[in-house]
Amino acid sequence: MDQTTLAKHSADSLAARTRWRPLEILFWLAAFATIWLAPTHHLLLAEIAILGLFALSLDLILGYAGIISLGHAAFFGFGAYTAALLAKFEFINEPVLALIVAGFAAALLGFVTSFLVLRGTDLTRIMVTLGVALVLREVANQNGWLTGGADGLQGVTMQPILGRFRFDMFGHNGYIYCLVTLFVMTMVARRIVNSPFGLSLQSIRNNPLRAAALGINVNARLVVVYTIAAFYAGVAGALLAQTQAFASLAYFDFDRSADLLMMLIIGGTGYLYGGVIGAMVFKIMQDYLSTLTPQYWLFWIGLLLVVIVMIGRDRIAGWASPVRDLLLKLDMAIHRTRTGS
Amino acid sequence: MSVVLETIGLEKRFGGLTATNNVSIKIETGARHALIGPNGAGKTTLINLLTGVLKPTKGQILLDGKDITAVPQHKRVGLGMVRTFQINQLFGDLTPLETLTLAISERNGDGLNAWTNAGRKAEFMPEIAAILERFRLADVMNERTAILPYGKQRLLEIAAAIACKPRVLLLDEPAAGVPEGERHEILASIAALPSDVTVVLIEHDMDIVFSFAKRISVLVNGALYVEGSSEEVARDPRVKAVYLGEAHDA
Amino acid sequence: MLTILFDGVAYGMLLFVLACGLSVTLGLMNLINLAHGAFAMAGGYAVVILSNNYGVPFAVSLGLSFLISAVIGLVMERAFYVHVYRKSHLEQVLFTIGLVFMSVAIADYAMGSSQVFARTPEALQGQFNFFGVGIGRYRLLIIVICGILTISLQSILVFTRFGSQLRAAVDDQRVARGLGINVDRIFALSFAFGSGLAGLGGALGTEILGLDPTFPLKYMIYFLIVVAVGGTSSITGPFVAALLLGICDVAGKYYSGSVILGVKVPQGLGAFVIYTIMIVILIWRPHGLFSRATAK
Repeated sequence: MDQTTLAKHSADSLAARTRWRPLEILFWLAAFATIWLAPTHHLLLAEIAILGLFALSLDLILGYAGIISLGHAAFFGFGAYTAALLAKFEFINEPVLALIVAGFAAALLGFVTSFLVLRGTDLTRIMVTLGVALVLREVANQNGWLTGGADGLQGVTMQPILGRFRFDMFGHNGYIYCLVTLFVMTMVARRIVNSPFGLSLQSIRNNPLRAAALGINVNARLVVVYTIAAFYAGVAGALLAQTQAFASLAYFDFDRSADLLMMLIIGGTGYLYGGVIGAMVFKIMQDYLSTLTPQYWLFWIGLLLVVIVMIGRDRIAGWASPVRDLLLKLDMAIHRTRTGS
Repeated sequence: MSVVLETIGLEKRFGGLTATNNVSIKIETGARHALIGPNGAGKTTLINLLTGVLKPTKGQILLDGKDITAVPQHKRVGLGMVRTFQINQLFGDLTPLETLTLAISERNGDGLNAWTNAGRKAEFMPEIAAILERFRLADVMNERTAILPYGKQRLLEIAAAIACKPRVLLLDEPAAGVPEGERHEILASIAALPSDVTVVLIEHDMDIVFSFAKRISVLVNGALYVEGSSEEVARDPRVKAVYLGEAHDA
Repeated sequence: MLTILFDGVAYGMLLFVLACGLSVTLGLMNLINLAHGAFAMAGGYAVVILSNNYGVPFAVSLGLSFLISAVIGLVMERAFYVHVYRKSHLEQVLFTIGLVFMSVAIADYAMGSSQVFARTPEALQGQFNFFGVGIGRYRLLIIVICGILTISLQSILVFTRFGSQLRAAVDDQRVARGLGINVDRIFALSFAFGSGLAGLGGALGTEILGLDPTFPLKYMIYFLIVVAVGGTSSITGPFVAALLLGICDVAGKYYSGSVILGVKVPQGLGAFVIYTIMIVILIWRPHGLFSRATAK
């Protein structure tokens, strides 16, 4: 292959990495279709959307940068309480604006705590992130005058979204709100992970020593992605607080962070959609198993985790490869007809 | 000829062990300089000190006459000092194409760009193509690095360093572990480096050393033992003694 | 005050015995085992069943709980844990969380969800007065037993051949293998021993810590704090960390709600203080208080 062709081939390969896959388009079409096609499930779907966004935020640091965090709920809870307080004390009445502010508040918290995860071993990171979430929970618990303490923050009334769409009792507008937010933020995340910055994160996850030897300031990049992930988690928390008009200490619990990890291992990390898919499967499984064996749901979830890890995510991905190959062929065919090549 | 890289009394101690002992080296621009010595002589430690992976206990490192002893590792790359590793340090999940794209976008200060597509800069494609071809990586450019054969990985190891457009290139045993048949590719790519790039090479294979280097420094027990042109060092009986031992030791 | 110190030391030493197996596992096999508390729970339930249902003397059931947990540990190690040694820390975390969930559910099913207590012998009940300080008999026993265990552990590590092999394997596994040390056997034995110790700790601790199916989840973070703060290169590290943790926790619980120097101490302050101190220590020494920075 001569160099001009090689250059073009390189450009094409790089572009192919980031193209919209048909499955992706299908996913979003189906997701938006549920607004009209599944009106009775909007409350559940809203919860899935929120969890999906929350899981996406963890995927950014776990799947792309390789940071194991057991305390991601800290940012979720912080965003939730910020949004709830903004509404309750009528500092910011418009929900979308409050959402953004809550996100930035969580991002600030993320920035400040990011330095804690830069040093030490994986265990250190786990403990420190867990510690931050627990400390935050205690702080919220102690300051009941502000947060409502163990009873949670009540008396929150939400104003209409953008001044026009009320939060109705059946959660219709609430769901659309969550879904649109999820969509927008996934699109932004998509740009981030496909950018040079995103590529550098993946290199850091793979080999931080070599990344530094290529001139990458590893710590600075990790701080940036951790802050962004905190923003995303804060927005997810704020969404929950706004749609429920409530915030509780449970949002900071280790359980939430553990559930997230489960969603990501079910859905897969490192390709952005693992969080949403994992959230879907997780929530559906949770509903199904709780009705089936209400007491021993924990056992089956535990078994699932053990089995998934023992089989190995690679091998599970391998089972899906016939389907993936088919989709790849479909993708290439569509691309060829479009470019006429 | 100006001195591009210099160390003054460089020392590194790990507790009671002195890995680098009062090393003062001057390397000129465009040099083809080899660093040799028996195992454990401290060659890789010296490279780690030069690149900032390790902090020296004493001494200074000067690049272009400027003191870079306190400059962090990633910034030295920006100043033009790039190295390869003795054991491949690559990105398992990335393809060679992605690795090279990464190196080049970092070189251009694009590393914090979180918005545009990583492959969008058309002006770098010819350069990427050239490197891919020069290092025989074109046929595997879209394969995950983790599944590439060792020889290709080694080529990528060096290609990635080249993509950083180094002014000083430190190669740590580039041909290590590469089977005989594939060595010439690596050697050819090293020989083809532009003459304004300063190359410092650690190697054990004397054929490579003498065919490549114009100047040689011999390190023994962390200290500079002998230094000179390759002809001088080849003839020096002390060097033979330190590598092969005295005759009556055998 | 001194009583609090005494109680705190007892609690701390108990935590040490419970957690030191985890420290060895992490340092030796680079395995993050969040299910460690399950072995403690097994030991606790063993002593409860043996003493309460079968009338086995307390001392004997303590010994048996050690054995039972050690055997369970050995079986689990060979059957399950071997598969995840080479996997990433994230996968180990998820795997062991799965094991905890399963063990909690099994305990719930088999033993019911309410808290149980072992019937401790009469001689160990109550306190006696020692120069004006109230010394709980049971807590004294804990300190004595755990003290003996700690000294034995340190002696084994330092003075026996197995101990040197273990230390070598922790330091550098590859080199140890190269020296002909049977690292796999050391893994299995250490894991079993650590689980046995956890079981013994769980058995001793039913009186103080309370035993119910959520035990592994409740105390997991305490074990992790001990190991993270104490480091994995020594026994002294986790020992000191455990004592610190024990004293802070007991003091926190005691002073919560009371007034000190005119300031009302809020409930749950103990937990807050513990987590904050842990974070501070880990910022200052990311690899633990006493370890050398060679951890991965």
